[in-house]
Amino acid sequence: MAVPAHDARQEWLLEARGVSKSFPGVVALDDVSLGVATGSVHALVGENGAGKSTLMKIIAGLCTPDSGELRLHGRAVQLDTPRRALQAGIAMIHQELNLMPSMTVAENIWIGREPVSRLGIVRHRELRHRTRTLLERLRIGVDPDTAVGELPIAARQLVEIAKALSHESRLIIMDEPTSALTERDAEQLFTVIGELRAAGRAVLYITHRLDEVFAIADQVSVLRDGRHVGSDRPANLSRDDLIRMMVGRELARIYPGAPGVPGAVVLAAHALTGARFRDVSFELRAGEILGLAGLMGAGRSELAAALFGLSPARTGHLSLDGVRVRIDSPRTALAHGIALLTEDRKESGCFLMLSILENLEIAALGREFVRAGVVRGRAVREACGAMSRQLRVKTPGLDECIGNLSGGNQQKVLLGRCLLLRPRILILDEPTRGVDVGAKSEIHELIARLAAQGTAVLMISSELPEILGMSHRIMVMHEGRVTGTLDRDQADPVQIMQLAAR
Amino acid sequence: MSQARTLETAPGAAGRRTRRWPPEAGILMVLVGLALAFEVLGWIFVRQSFLFNEQRLVVMILQVAVIGIIAVGVTQVIITGGIDLSSGSVVALTAMVAASLAQSSEAVRAVYPTLTDLPLIVPLATGLAVGALAGLVNGSLIAWTGIPPFIATLGVMVTARGIAKWYTHGEPVSLLTDAYAGIGSGAVPVAIFLATAALFHLALRYTRYGKFTYAIGANPQAARVSGINVGRHLIVVYTIAGTLSGLAGIVTSARAESGQSGMGMMYELDAIAAAVIGGASLSGGVGRITGTVIGTLILGVVTSGFTFLRIDAYYQEIVKGAIIVVAVVADQYRQRARRRGA
Ligand SMILES: Nc1ncnc2c1ncn2[C@@H]1O[C@H](COP(=O)(O)OP(=O)(O)OP(=O)(O)O)[C@@H](O)[C@H]1O
Ligand SMILES: [Mg+2]
Repeated sequence: MAVPAHDARQEWLLEARGVSKSFPGVVALDDVSLGVATGSVHALVGENGAGKSTLMKIIAGLCTPDSGELRLHGRAVQLDTPRRALQAGIAMIHQELNLMPSMTVAENIWIGREPVSRLGIVRHRELRHRTRTLLERLRIGVDPDTAVGELPIAARQLVEIAKALSHESRLIIMDEPTSALTERDAEQLFTVIGELRAAGRAVLYITHRLDEVFAIADQVSVLRDGRHVGSDRPANLSRDDLIRMMVGRELARIYPGAPGVPGAVVLAAHALTGARFRDVSFELRAGEILGLAGLMGAGRSELAAALFGLSPARTGHLSLDGVRVRIDSPRTALAHGIALLTEDRKESGCFLMLSILENLEIAALGREFVRAGVVRGRAVREACGAMSRQLRVKTPGLDECIGNLSGGNQQKVLLGRCLLLRPRILILDEPTRGVDVGAKSEIHELIARLAAQGTAVLMISSELPEILGMSHRIMVMHEGRVTGTLDRDQADPVQIMQLAAR
Repeated sequence: MSQARTLETAPGAAGRRTRRWPPEAGILMVLVGLALAFEVLGWIFVRQSFLFNEQRLVVMILQVAVIGIIAVGVTQVIITGGIDLSSGSVVALTAMVAASLAQSSEAVRAVYPTLTDLPLIVPLATGLAVGALAGLVNGSLIAWTGIPPFIATLGVMVTARGIAKWYTHGEPVSLLTDAYAGIGSGAVPVAIFLATAALFHLALRYTRYGKFTYAIGANPQAARVSGINVGRHLIVVYTIAGTLSGLAGIVTSARAESGQSGMGMMYELDAIAAAVIGGASLSGGVGRITGTVIGTLILGVVTSGFTFLRIDAYYQEIVKGAIIVVAVVADQYRQRARRRGA
């Protein structure tokens, strides 16, 4: 690309110069230089494992570089702890949520900075008041007194954003903030970002949704395999340019589309009612991809949890192949050939301190690869290795700790865990959350292929293009009720949004 | 087998892969270091060798064998993210019950005058069953009522000690059969310790039981989603731990040739210490039997080293406490290092 990757003469708010960082077996960053100007939104894109989060962690003081330096307003700074970075005016919204579930929204936002009286007692009224003001300014409709653990994941993400913004920092780093948000919440966030820019703050913004780059960024930088490939104004680039820079090759069609004609009904829900959904009935056919759309809090994940037996519905019932069944635990669900990819990879997905192998194999061990209680180590390793290659998990080996993988690669491992079960019914809750464009279309192809082979897929997604591009039918939920089911040739974004927002 | 060599490695990464030591390497060095330190101090202060004294080594290993047996079970409990405070009391309870069924006909005031000179299998099986039952109670309380393991096992700890005292109104149970005493004689306790360690080392590494145990400790919620019956598995783990405490109680009473309700005092803490020194993390998901064995030996070396140097027992406890604190701090440090990717 024509524009130099980095112009040393310009006056930057923050500048990274020649930053490198290696982990055992991986070069995460290789001589990366990057500048962020005041009053601008700088997008950072790249494939899973390209080094984006690592670079941001270095800037936010969570990780020390092997070499290179950071400059703030032209002066070299040492940001070796998050505290120092915060003091220097840099706040970060993490890719994985870092809130304490048992504490309230207000406590989480102001932790360590609570207003206290002279006796050291926290002044709760003031705390609540401050929180309410902050949330109102950001137009986030969350009660300051609820425990974070009770909020749906998208709301938690909003709280995380509020927390970062409460520091009134000069530079705000956002690592895939919208991956857990619905489009409407994302719009809200973009308004806030626009206000920040107008106020002269800078935003470093990581995303896999390229539309967002074109919508909000003043500048975009691309990382590939730890190297800085280039930077430019989004206006000078096309979507395809950007993808080519990210993956180093052309990508063909984005959505493989729903394959084949669905077969017999395998799963039928009859008037299911639970804590967050009411009177939900639907049928799912073999080989069908049923998209489930809706806004945050529409009860989609709770419905998935009920189908999988995690929190069974209070009334109503399920039938499999026309036979009424009771699914009251994930074990029974798995025994019936139902698999679930959960939405929150940190809380209910990853075993963070265990290896990739242990994360992949665990569910399959319930039914396979075990003889007289002893795990057939070789067979398991072979199957997991094949799965990991198929999904192109970027890692030095199967024995690497999953906590060391990039977010998108963790997601692939969790998807692999489900696929190793060879389920008949696959429930996917945001299957491509945090996954890069290239891997995303690979996962889409995989899902389409599974459906073509007869797997029934229920896919929850907050990305309308994904829903529209993949599903045979689209079911829309609003506040716990199904507000409509559309055939894919009738469906269009406007219609879905209308059903979802009602 | 076309195994996964490197899957998709970042370019330039080949050959830069740093070699990783097994996690036990560090504490093994501590063990060797401590032993050498006592050796040197021995030559300086008491003009004797610490290590080259067969008798001392045998006594040392015998002393810690009982702790080691308990620690094998406790390690598994800790891996699930739990804790077992009841081990010491369960040792006392099983010692009493097993000994009462192992009395010889010479015992004038036997607990069960009609039940003397029973075959060895009776006290053995009953002892193990008592231990298993205590573990079952621990596990069921934790799994079904959701009480934190600390509280549940604390309750069982107090109750079991109480039953042990009530059983004979505080009287010791003595004059046991020769066969029973045989379990505690010679190197038998050491053999039992090593056999249980080997068995559960293999179980943790190569069986589904082991995989599930680590998974539950690493993330119980994700374990449930993966189809593991978390409650049932916890009951199994606590029952195993209880059974091993029972085994320790049998060995203890056999070695002393009597059962006393005061046996096993504070053993639970030594066993937890051995596991933690050996690298088990109290936050769950991490721990290995090999580490625990080394941790047990470290406790043994410290105890016998201090006795050897004729230092007061008070100091022993102070130093033991310090070692435990250092081990826990090291664990915290390791976890932070893992999180920060340092
Ligand atoms: N603590 C760590 N230990 C070992 N390797 C690590 C560690 N942290 C990151 N890596 C590796 O560094 C590389 C870059 O990771 P990073 O998280 O920066 O990727 P990313 O660009 O943010 O990807 P994603 O889009 O999936 O979030 C990856 O290959 C990852 O496996
Ligand atoms: Mg990332």
